[in-house]
Amino acid sequence: MEALIEILYLIFVSPFAEMVAYPDLFFQGIWDGFVSGTLYGLIALGFVLIFKASGVFNFSQPILVVLAALSLVSFYKMGIPAWISVILVLVMFYVLAFLIERLILRKLVNQDGNILFMSTIGLTFLIIGSAQWIFGGRPSAMITDELGLPNGSLEWPMFGGGVYFEMIDISAAVIASIMIVILALFFSKTKIGRGLRAVADDHQAALSVGISLNQIWVIVWFVAGVVALVTGIFWGARSDVSFALQIIGFKALPVLIIGGFTSVPGAIIGGLIIGLGEKVFEIYWGPLLGSGVEGWFAYIIALIFLLFRPQGLFGDKIIERV
Amino acid sequence: MFDESSQETVLDVSNIEVVYNHVILVLRGVSLTVEKGGITALLGGNGAGKSTTLKSISNLLRSERGEVTKGTISYLGDSIKDLDPADMVRRGVIQVMEGRHCFEHLTVEENLLTGAYTRKISGSELQESLDLVYNYFPRLKERRKSLAGYTSGGEQQMTAIGRALMSSPETILLDEPSMGLAPQLVEEIFEIVKQLNEKEKVSFLLAEQNTNVALKYAHKGYILESGRVVMDGPAKELRENPDVKEFYLGMSEEGRNSFRNTKSYRRRKRWL
Repeated sequence: MEALIEILYLIFVSPFAEMVAYPDLFFQGIWDGFVSGTLYGLIALGFVLIFKASGVFNFSQPILVVLAALSLVSFYKMGIPAWISVILVLVMFYVLAFLIERLILRKLVNQDGNILFMSTIGLTFLIIGSAQWIFGGRPSAMITDELGLPNGSLEWPMFGGGVYFEMIDISAAVIASIMIVILALFFSKTKIGRGLRAVADDHQAALSVGISLNQIWVIVWFVAGVVALVTGIFWGARSDVSFALQIIGFKALPVLIIGGFTSVPGAIIGGLIIGLGEKVFEIYWGPLLGSGVEGWFAYIIALIFLLFRPQGLFGDKIIERV
Repeated sequence: MFDESSQETVLDVSNIEVVYNHVILVLRGVSLTVEKGGITALLGGNGAGKSTTLKSISNLLRSERGEVTKGTISYLGDSIKDLDPADMVRRGVIQVMEGRHCFEHLTVEENLLTGAYTRKISGSELQESLDLVYNYFPRLKERRKSLAGYTSGGEQQMTAIGRALMSSPETILLDEPSMGLAPQLVEEIFEIVKQLNEKEKVSFLLAEQNTNVALKYAHKGYILESGRVVMDGPAKELRENPDVKEFYLGMSEEGRNSFRNTKSYRRRKRWL
């Protein structure tokens, strides 16, 4: 009986007491969660773009993030100035998008979603292999200073303690927000955005009104590449640039389940829920369950969503007419 | 009104053969012409090859692994063999697919706007085109903010036709507009087709199983059976033809006939 009360106390009382007693620690947790949330959101965004435009779950999105970061650093190491390296990476992604469309997607038009999914798995290993061959696999540091991204941190004194804001995190949050707004507008307001959504809905009908699938797919893979580059820069700045980054990429899966596979804002809000949730849960409830909560927390939330709201918070409604 | 003496051919399909997946022969020599400003009906039962004929014209066939292996199709004198569907839409030929195929997760208005995808026009011209569509389909204007997936079958058919209209087409290939609709709604849709034909000067090639209503509105018709044209002529003549009456309209000289009696001499006559 006493043990039970003890456990209930640890679950329902002491975490909240701590939050109130040390608000600075709480805010630090919220900020850290917010930043990793936006970055999860960015990765998820890459998936959403391709899913929206072709109905394909693109297994190779995480490796695109690695490829972007790795090639950026490698170009710089070859002696190319940082910003020109960025442009080179963008050119490379455009060529890649073009080749993927020509060599894979065009041949598989109108095939089952699973077949396209399998082809993206193949693509993943193709990219891993060739990237290792060309750029080597050794971890290296992201060239944040050379790209002109601010470093250092701000300390904001608060409640007798202080909250630290890393400058790189602030710029990540700002750039991510700008990108999300632009993409959301692009999808809902522009002609090409409408075309993208039309293609996602019904390939055949999109063809019949004269939307060129080939052109749409090149655009969307290129945009997904741009998103991968931004994600790669900021994730690379937080850890090293190496193939291990792709593990983080799969954190996007629960994010997508929560936000919905087809929603740009959903990807971001899903990311924030996971980012904030796992940080706060880790700090206050983690000790109770042993550490490492961050590893599985996201998947539990995703499971709950799958049970009660399978299309996610903002996903396209599953339309059923009776 | 369609002037039957003007015989300006816009679309000329000559003896085409279509094979799916390199093995399945679906059309074995279909020839037809569509005249400017006319409504041409393509009739026949399930699997006769009506949709395939339309798709070989709009070039949607290739994305379904089909191929025109023999014969030629020309639009306004040019061969359309190497064009893709978007080129055809730009040239003024657009298909409204069987089963409506609206973009379910787009609103009705967004659906209509995708129809203008190939046109490079200003915002005001786009609005004009929208108004034109709403003028013919007032019901769509009321529903313009709802997701197309939630609208009724009739409204979806209207959306699909309206969407095609947004490309400012010269020829619409209309596949089974009556599918799954109540008879009253079928009449309504065909009335609008007739108006579009007369006022907007759009030529139609219409694939229909509903022979009765199709021959009522069409100027001429072709009857397909297992991938061959077995009969063709002005709609008026087809309506009066005893074989058509018997096999497609369910009538015989003694009036309405039961299926049991019809069946026994179904193959009595060899047409072409």
